[in-house]
Amino acid sequence: MERRCQLSGTLNLVIGLAMGLNLIALGSSRLPTLIRAMSLQGMVLGVMPLLMEHERLDWRIVVVALATVAGKGFLIPGLLRRAMRAANIEREIEPFIGFVPSLLLGAGGTIAAMAMARSLPLLPEHAGTLLVPGSLAAILTGFILLIGRAKAISQVCGYLILENGIYLFGLLLIHTTPLLVESGILLDVTVGVFIIGIIVDRIQRAFDSLDTRKLTTLRE
Amino acid sequence: MIWIPELVLRLALWLLLAPLLPGIINKVKARVAGRRGPPVLQLYYDLAKLWRKGVVMSNLASPGFIIGPAVAWVALTGAALLLPLGPAGGVVSFRGDVLLLIYLLALARFCTAWAAMETGSAFEGMGSAREVSYAVLAEAALIAAVLSLIVHSGSVSLATMLSPTAGAGAGAALLAAGLFVVLLAENCRVPFDDPNTHLELTMIHEAMILDHSGPPLAAILHGASIKLLLFSLLLVQAVLPIGEMSPLAATGALAAGVLTVTIGVGLIESFLARLAFRRVPLLLTTAFLLCLFSLLVAWKGGAN
Repeated sequence: MERRCQLSGTLNLVIGLAMGLNLIALGSSRLPTLIRAMSLQGMVLGVMPLLMEHERLDWRIVVVALATVAGKGFLIPGLLRRAMRAANIEREIEPFIGFVPSLLLGAGGTIAAMAMARSLPLLPEHAGTLLVPGSLAAILTGFILLIGRAKAISQVCGYLILENGIYLFGLLLIHTTPLLVESGILLDVTVGVFIIGIIVDRIQRAFDSLDTRKLTTLRE
Repeated sequence: MIWIPELVLRLALWLLLAPLLPGIINKVKARVAGRRGPPVLQLYYDLAKLWRKGVVMSNLASPGFIIGPAVAWVALTGAALLLPLGPAGGVVSFRGDVLLLIYLLALARFCTAWAAMETGSAFEGMGSAREVSYAVLAEAALIAAVLSLIVHSGSVSLATMLSPTAGAGAGAALLAAGLFVVLLAENCRVPFDDPNTHLELTMIHEAMILDHSGPPLAAILHGASIKLLLFSLLLVQAVLPIGEMSPLAATGALAAGVLTVTIGVGLIESFLARLAFRRVPLLLTTAFLLCLFSLLVAWKGGAN
């Protein structure tokens, strides 16, 4: 029992770190900071299965964890940075939702997620951890970034943080979900970001800007 | 009337030690920049010099020009006396004295802004506007920090509120970070305001006191140093488990903590540039959120 408490303490600390990274992502005006926060969150969440299952460590879990850390921590941010360099942009200018309002929205969402997760009928082994509030908070943060940012790359980061939240929720079912599903999602995300990198380059060439507001006007 | 000698001793300690802190900060900044820097006791010399000088008063100014700094100084000293000093406790302690502390700080700020606007100078109006608008955000963060201490200790009096720790680990770290940003903002230190700048367009605190001279200026400067000492003591006591140590160790921990905070402020001033004005609300909101999350941790921890 004591070990379980200690374990959930470490887990909660890691999830709290991920929540803090959500807020950093919401408050940063520079794209490199946003990408770094997103990739760090991916890596932090990537080692979560190792922490949760360190008693019955399976080689498949280790492989998935390593693949997650490599994919979300290095491969995807690398692709995004390349797209950013190709498009020659450094920072986000005047988003739809300002940085202070989006920070407050994100904090309000985190607190609401904490309050809501209490009233959800969870399994007793998940009741003490922050898994559910953490995943809800990351999903909300992803939504805020998707809605509130004008640049395509920021929106991609929002999408990836949203995916981090879904992944965190999936960890609740770590015993029953086949690991194939997890790795399939990871592959999908990587390919998605790869394609988005190409699309970003095309948008930049066609419109001379990555501002998605300009995509709403038709051109010959 | 056994507490009168203690009160006098405490008052003397606060008044005499406070001007040391800006001196230490300036020394740290000078050392990092590779200069010798002014002596640590520079502020004492400045205060003595200002005290001997006369006051230049504008014809337009009402007596508020002199009353403002005086009331602000008294309010800050009163707030300082309310703050318990580790094992010695506070001079007076009652339910809800933390509210009085917050309001005394607000009164001091109001009086400084009032005195600044007495001469009708545009720069001082601008400085007051900036000081007060930042204070709104910093005060929210300070109140969130106080609330988290209240929730954690279950008491609304400063002496019992500050003696236990603010929860080991995450809660205390969040609270420390939040309170440190509040300290920098409230005392007009570098990411918010540069105390060395003399370009009126970018000044905040310094712009407010441009027209003051002589003893009122000395009162303002001394009050500012008391405020700095007050905030660093509050930060140290909120984070360190002072109440669980022996009196000697607690005194040592307090002194070491305040010194660490002061050196930290000096290092930040050396390595960081001032933020652009429109970025300041973001940093203050972050401080507010840090304190809010430490409140959340205290609340969650208390429920389990």
